[in-house]
Amino acid sequence: MIFEILLMNGYGLYVWSAFIFTLLSFTSLYAIIRIQYTKEKNKFIAKFGSLNSERAAIAKSQSINKEILSNTSSI
Amino acid sequence: MFKYFEPNKIFSITSRAPKYVLLVFIIILCIGLTEALILSPEDYKQSHSVRIMYVHVPAAWISLGIFSIITFLSIAGYIFKLKNFFLISKSLAPSGLVFNIIALVTGSIWGKPTWGTWWAWDARITSMLILVLFYILYLVAWRIYGNNDKVFKITAIITTLGIINVPIIKYSVDWWNTLHQPASVNILSKSSIHISMLYPLLIMTAAFALFSLLIFLMKYNTELIKIKNKGLDRL
Repeated sequence: MIFEILLMNGYGLYVWSAFIFTLLSFTSLYAIIRIQYTKEKNKFIAKFGSLNSERAAIAKSQSINKEILSNTSSI
Repeated sequence: MFKYFEPNKIFSITSRAPKYVLLVFIIILCIGLTEALILSPEDYKQSHSVRIMYVHVPAAWISLGIFSIITFLSIAGYIFKLKNFFLISKSLAPSGLVFNIIALVTGSIWGKPTWGTWWAWDARITSMLILVLFYILYLVAWRIYGNNDKVFKITAIITTLGIINVPIIKYSVDWWNTLHQPASVNILSKSSIHISMLYPLLIMTAAFALFSLLIFLMKYNTELIKIKNKGLDRL
């Protein structure tokens, strides 16, 4: 049964390589986008941390900034 | 209506959604892979090689769909001066490009046992290759002119030119005598595909659509944080 699924009447190499290529593309794209996201988020946190209290209060008044800071571990 | 597309309003949703979308995607993908690789029947003519259809066809559908959405948003964004539409388009493009490449590569792999060749300069395949070039051109334009207002005009022109290719891709198999087979799944007329193959095809399409949604959400959030980083610099 397992050999049948792997060999697929001689078409296994074509079928499996098409599926593996697809899944590898998915994984690579996901990893790239995640790395970009983490990089930008860390940059944001570092910049926010370097603001003085007055500027930090102004930045924090924007709801989106609060959201970014509160979602640091998401995705 | 456009006020609902304000980044500040939708970030609270887009920042939380990816983890749920990822979970649903993994579940649907597992069901789809089981159906596509084990449960679905082999074709009487193409035997097991027909299983490549379950990745090739959804990838092609989604890459065409994403390009159409990008074009619509770019044109609407340019007319109504809505920068967020461009941001959505930019975030959709990477998954569109990857799906287009998947469609070409898996099509090439499928071509070898079916037609006896990896590649043919056939109307459908060539027009899909041209779509990849438009995707690359679009992404390169963002990379070059990303910090310039010119980018909105340039990307709107690129997508407007590229959209001409979409109906050519769709009808190439009817207009020309091609190696590529005509469509088996039709919305308006009767589909020639058997239900036992249509079911896994639709599940895989749903999985691929969820993956593009996941990538879109992550990319969109990244773009918003990039904008906010610039905002912090100006404080």
